[in-house]
Amino acid sequence: MATLKQVARWVPSHWGAGHLVLAGFLALLVLAVSPVIKLDLVVNGLFLGAIIGLGAIGLSLVYGILKFAHIGHGDFMTLGAYFALFLLSDLFPRIGLTGAGLGPFTFGYPLLLALPLAMLAMAVVAIALDLGIYRRLRRRGVNPVVLAMASLGVAIALRGVVQIFWGGGTEQYPRVSKLFYRLPMDVRIPPDNLFVGGLTVVLVVALYLFLTRSKMGKAMRATSDNPDLARVSGINTEHILWWTWAIGGALAATAGVLLAVSQAQLVPIMGWRLLIPLFAAVILGGIGNPFGALVGGLIIGVTSEISTQWLNPSYKPAMAFLVMIIMLLFRPRGLFGAKD
Amino acid sequence: MLLEVCDLDAGYGQTQILHGVSIRVDEREIVTIIGPNGSGKSTLLKAITGVVRPTAGRVVFGSDSIAGLSPDRIVRKGISYVPQTENVFPSLTIQENLEMGAFLRRDLGRERLPRIYEMFPDLVSKRGDRASRLSGGQRQMLALARALMLDPTLLLLDEPSAGLAPMMVDGVFDKIAEINQTGVAILIVEQKARRSLQQSHRGYVLATGQTRLEDTGERLLANPEVRRLYLGG
Amino acid sequence: MDIIGNLDYNIAFVVVAAIYAVFALGLNVHWGYAGLFNIGIAGFFALGAYTSALLTKASADPRLFEDFKFGGNLAASFEGIPVVGSLDLWFVVALLGAAAVCAVVALGIGFLTLRLRGDYLAIATLGIAESIRLVFLNEKWLANGSKGLYNIPRFLGDVVAPRNYDYLFLVVVLVVLAILYLAVERITKSPWGRVLRAIREDETTAAASGKNVFKFKLQAFILGAAIMGIGGALFAYNVRFLSPLTFDPLLATFIIWAMLMVGGSGNNKGAILGAFIVWGVWTRTQFLPRFLGEPEFRLFLIGFIIVAVMLLRPGGILGEGRKVSRPAWQQKTASPET
Ligand SMILES: Nc1ncnc2c1ncn2[C@@H]1O[C@H](COP(=O)(O)OP(=O)(O)O)[C@@H](O)[C@H]1O
Ligand SMILES: [Mg+2]
Repeated sequence: MATLKQVARWVPSHWGAGHLVLAGFLALLVLAVSPVIKLDLVVNGLFLGAIIGLGAIGLSLVYGILKFAHIGHGDFMTLGAYFALFLLSDLFPRIGLTGAGLGPFTFGYPLLLALPLAMLAMAVVAIALDLGIYRRLRRRGVNPVVLAMASLGVAIALRGVVQIFWGGGTEQYPRVSKLFYRLPMDVRIPPDNLFVGGLTVVLVVALYLFLTRSKMGKAMRATSDNPDLARVSGINTEHILWWTWAIGGALAATAGVLLAVSQAQLVPIMGWRLLIPLFAAVILGGIGNPFGALVGGLIIGVTSEISTQWLNPSYKPAMAFLVMIIMLLFRPRGLFGAKD
Repeated sequence: MLLEVCDLDAGYGQTQILHGVSIRVDEREIVTIIGPNGSGKSTLLKAITGVVRPTAGRVVFGSDSIAGLSPDRIVRKGISYVPQTENVFPSLTIQENLEMGAFLRRDLGRERLPRIYEMFPDLVSKRGDRASRLSGGQRQMLALARALMLDPTLLLLDEPSAGLAPMMVDGVFDKIAEINQTGVAILIVEQKARRSLQQSHRGYVLATGQTRLEDTGERLLANPEVRRLYLGG
Repeated sequence: MDIIGNLDYNIAFVVVAAIYAVFALGLNVHWGYAGLFNIGIAGFFALGAYTSALLTKASADPRLFEDFKFGGNLAASFEGIPVVGSLDLWFVVALLGAAAVCAVVALGIGFLTLRLRGDYLAIATLGIAESIRLVFLNEKWLANGSKGLYNIPRFLGDVVAPRNYDYLFLVVVLVVLAILYLAVERITKSPWGRVLRAIREDETTAAASGKNVFKFKLQAFILGAAIMGIGGALFAYNVRFLSPLTFDPLLATFIIWAMLMVGGSGNNKGAILGAFIVWGVWTRTQFLPRFLGEPEFRLFLIGFIIVAVMLLRPGGILGEGRKVSRPAWQQKTASPET
């Protein structure tokens, strides 16, 4: 439990709520074992939740530190996924890098190369957009809602860029189909989801270490807590913002690539469609709390997956919305936030 | 002379709050500025530290003009500031709060940390706790400690005793005297300033954004008008 | 060039632009006057359009709605259909019904989110728009699912000859737009409108001076949503075919934002002007050569326009007019730039 306590310290405010979530999860698992809910849905919901969580972590950091709702985050995911597509289908084949079906996975080793490059590219894009657009508005001292408005314009324009280059149809990374793993109790897991899960764990641990051990990470949390005090402590908050965008952009790219891998397709609207689950996860976890955003993502992933047992699967985004509304009603500060 | 503020104008957006404020602080001095609520005391400190950009006037620290510089550059020159409220990072641990105080100079921070814990022994046992769990008095101590991490030559304190229990107030002012003993000049802003003036070398009265009076601490305390208006008789 | 054909094209253009102008007016109440960030216009758009279509009496051909339960049957099942002389007033009932349904939904969302920080509203409107779309898509019994509603009867379709109908509908749309414009002008210039702007400028001060900020915002949100519902109804009568695909965020939300930003938010004339300009640009650019004419490029263009206006000319073309106060984005917050 010592580690949980450490994790909880990262969460603004009392960590009693951490227990609450854990209990909730155990309850979910127990339910899952019972015949009411198919365990398969719960397990695969967790993988979907991990992808939502990765996107939501970045969104939550941006929200906490820049204090505005970054509507463009879903389209960051899209652009990241398509950038990897460009590498995998256009650039790499030209230099002889091809392949699919690496080990148990559908994709090949080029993806392992394309992913970090896509992360880097989106980190750069995110910083560039800040310098070109958000910083100017910030200097004008506008309201947060105006920044959110500008990010709506960015979201639309980014999707436009994706469509200009790739058209509006569906695309795929080079892949070979693989059999699902069959586990007891009718659980079927696509092998790629192991990659999703593993990578999520690695990135979250890395981010956790960065935020709690490195000077820049601590300064990020300080800025999120109290930007004015951070500035008079001598922290150059402008640099902090760059780090925030870089991390947010890179994680969004990761989430986009993983989404494209696990759904075996890319469409230009994929990120925009995920915006509601992303925000739901952020609000569930408490704005500015990356660990909470991950938990929120998992909860959203599982609930929307479970809902398909009774509802048409296309209602999944509406489920995320419903969870978010319930949260806003009862605990607007999120699961881990202080009570108002 | 350590700090000289001359004819300073500052405000928020289009609202001007300070109208030609002039004060000075000498080396190793404690100076208190008293004034009623809303007179612009906090704004003055914010203008000195660069949180609010002055619109006119001069701010000279040592031999450098610092008006219009960004807060991190002003901090680098040796001015530390403890805001009136929200003066700690609540979700960071005590230790992390102190590290953030030394953000600009990590080397110095490492060296200062044991020294600061020595000065604020109550914080040692709590170093791993989050700042949000501290009591009001402890929080004020942490804020002071954070501000001292960079070994400043001038410390700006905004109402350090506001909202504290009387016992705590004594503790804070004793600590301020102790800090001053180590050679740090201190500029304090207070609304109810009897305790503060008692241990100040000099004081100013600020009202509606202008400096109205300047005198030694004792003489301001003895001034019947000051007593009636600002010290509650 | 074929003069008649050209005229028809221009009439069709004005009709659509005027319908968009209605939406821009509604959005102006939200954003321009109250600072409410609604990115789910498509939700109210769809709700208004479907409501009016379902409420319209299918006088001409009952087979039109045979695939599902509502539609003509819904309207016909009401008692005392208002008919004045030979005029069938179901059109008016349908318009008001569309406004009312949107108002009720806005009341719900606003009640939940307007007490919270401003950007929660944006997320909630986005969510409700998507949910509304999904309901119309999946619930076949409600509005025929993905097949949609078609052959929606024309308002006053039997009064004039079909070939002159476009002129009649043009007049109808312009009259509705004019009424809404005058109403919104009046309301926003009233003391109520001034309080609204004061809240937008500085919520804390307005609250401190005893104004019930939440109530004013909620009222503004409901008013704007009702106007959008009317816009949706006009749209339904114009295209006479609705499906969940009709309400793509691009043409049902984003473009309206571009219209308001270009024309000048906080200015009702600007909202209308922006609608005509942006719709003009939108329809003409499809004739541009090569990729410039592609919808993909125009999607980019809409996003670009929104950002460019905010950066370069935050007041849009007309700005806020008589400067009672600065627009929301020129407002200084407490702490200056970082
Ligand atoms: N962030 C701010 N934005 C706008 N006005 C402010 C802000 N902070 C303070 N003020 C105004 O400036 C004036 C002076 O405030 P302040 O400097 O805090 O006074 P004091 O610290 O002496 O009580 C007050 O009228 C207050 O309303
Ligand atoms: Mg003050």
